[in-house]
Amino acid sequence: MKYQTQAIAKWYWIAALALFAVQVLAGLVAGYIYVQPNFLSELLPFNIVRMLHSNALIVWLLLGFFGAAYYIIPEESEHEIHSPAIAYFQLILLLVGTLGAVVTYIFNLFPGNPIFGMQGREFLEQPLWVKLGIIVAALAFLYNVTLTVLAGRKTAITNILLLGLWGIAVFFLFSLYNPGNLVLDKVYWWWVVHLWVEGVWELVMASVLAFIMLKLTGVDREVIEKWLYVIVATALFSGVLGTGHHYYWIGAPYYWTWIGSIFSSLEVIPFFAMVLFTFMMVWKGKRNHPNKAALLWALGCSTLAFFGAGVWGFMHTLHPVNYYSHGTQVTAAHGHLAFFGAYVSLNLAIMTYAFPHIFGVKPYNQVLNMVSFWLLSGAMAFMTFVLTFAGAVQTHLQRVMGMSYMEVQDQLALFYWMRLGAGLAVVIGALLFIYAILGPKKEATGLEGAALQPAE
Amino acid sequence: MSELLTKSAARNIFYGGSAFFFAIFIGLVAHTHYYARTTSTDESRLTASVINGKHIWEKHACINCHTILGEGAYFAPELGNVWLRYDGDKDPKSAREALKAWMINQPTGIEGRRQMPKFVFTDKELDDLISFLEWSSTIKTNNWPPNKAG
Repeated sequence: MKYQTQAIAKWYWIAALALFAVQVLAGLVAGYIYVQPNFLSELLPFNIVRMLHSNALIVWLLLGFFGAAYYIIPEESEHEIHSPAIAYFQLILLLVGTLGAVVTYIFNLFPGNPIFGMQGREFLEQPLWVKLGIIVAALAFLYNVTLTVLAGRKTAITNILLLGLWGIAVFFLFSLYNPGNLVLDKVYWWWVVHLWVEGVWELVMASVLAFIMLKLTGVDREVIEKWLYVIVATALFSGVLGTGHHYYWIGAPYYWTWIGSIFSSLEVIPFFAMVLFTFMMVWKGKRNHPNKAALLWALGCSTLAFFGAGVWGFMHTLHPVNYYSHGTQVTAAHGHLAFFGAYVSLNLAIMTYAFPHIFGVKPYNQVLNMVSFWLLSGAMAFMTFVLTFAGAVQTHLQRVMGMSYMEVQDQLALFYWMRLGAGLAVVIGALLFIYAILGPKKEATGLEGAALQPAE
Repeated sequence: MSELLTKSAARNIFYGGSAFFFAIFIGLVAHTHYYARTTSTDESRLTASVINGKHIWEKHACINCHTILGEGAYFAPELGNVWLRYDGDKDPKSAREALKAWMINQPTGIEGRRQMPKFVFTDKELDDLISFLEWSSTIKTNNWPPNKAG
């Protein structure tokens, strides 16, 4: 660690990992309810468990991104973070908001209250006061990192990272707009959801991967940054109009079926480019970096994102296919591998890279960490396969044959049992990762908080 | 990567191209907004009751089990066309009664069957919620879903 303020990342990532555990445990409970539907049905109904699962995921990924920004920006800008106090204030604000949202969901506090009650639009369920807190936290964050970047060296990595983080904040503002017309509601809801995960989050992903490649492979910055611009260009050129693939069946004009099909098919390109980029950099790089686990996660990230987001996304994005598969388990399959590959793996990669520097030890618990990679990746792939089979059966029985929803679900029980097994493996993998990162460490470098050279 | 493309050229293409595509997107969404208000939905029937029904739908987090127009969780049936599944277009009165009876009888408690939570609704809230589902069934969705099963 070259700069003291990079240590801010530590608490962001510890909070992120705690929520990662909450997320996978809630997922396991939800998976169990699928096969034993009476479980907790009165105490903690499925809709609440699912909110915990999806919201914990979103918040921990964002905390991970913030942590990554605090770690990367000082090193790239060659400048300490403008104000560590603001950074910790931002973290506390986010944690209070998260806790507030969780307690509100579980105990259904202030039902129907426009400020304190849950809002119940998918993924945007946070009570209004939490949303406003998130916006204040985002403003504090952007103020803090933007001043840091402006005061220091400007690199393509910080440019793109900052643009992505600004985009996250700007598009989140659309969560405040909730018109009475359901069609308009959905049109702008996607401005948060799609323009995040298939837009500005990809900027964060590409810039963090570029930073990791720069450090692990030692390839020339010029080469890496040119790749970075090409990747993010293909991401936004395809992803912005690719929003159209969500506008097929929600009351938007028919032209979106064409625009959405064409541009969202192209969304596979940036993910393929990231695979080429990471593998070529490793192949060309001469540096033999000791942190093999970080390298594994980085390569795993681009590969699994390509399959989960790229290939599985393409599978059902053309409108003649989507007409039948829309809103089935096919979507669930794609969602799970896309988020795991692109964003979970990205966060775990940068944490695996940076934590040894923050703690001032040599890359530690490498074997455990790599075991957790294979366990998590294998289990997520298995989950994706069985949900894809479930989705194919569901699409045929329900959308082609016209069988009723509940009858079809009974036919899918076997797949849901297999998904539950995969979920259990994911929980074990996640706990193993957390232990590998935060558990006992050996081989101190004696360099905590000091420069770590030459391998960085 | 080829020497033909310099880093600053790549940067300019990224910023210029992104601005270009975003501008097109904003233009199309502006038209979509107009289309949604005039063509695909009937705003003259978007009454206070329907809007209140939408808020009831939201504050009970219905979307975290059900889908509406294919979006939401996949744990319970699609509700964008539930009004048509109950033949509300032919006999609105019976459909309304049947939907009410269904909702107030939840959860069923039947072993091995997915359970809808117990929601405490007033009669007006039930009416508003059903009005929202009725209105949603009239949205022009490019003929989705493919059949009544939703």
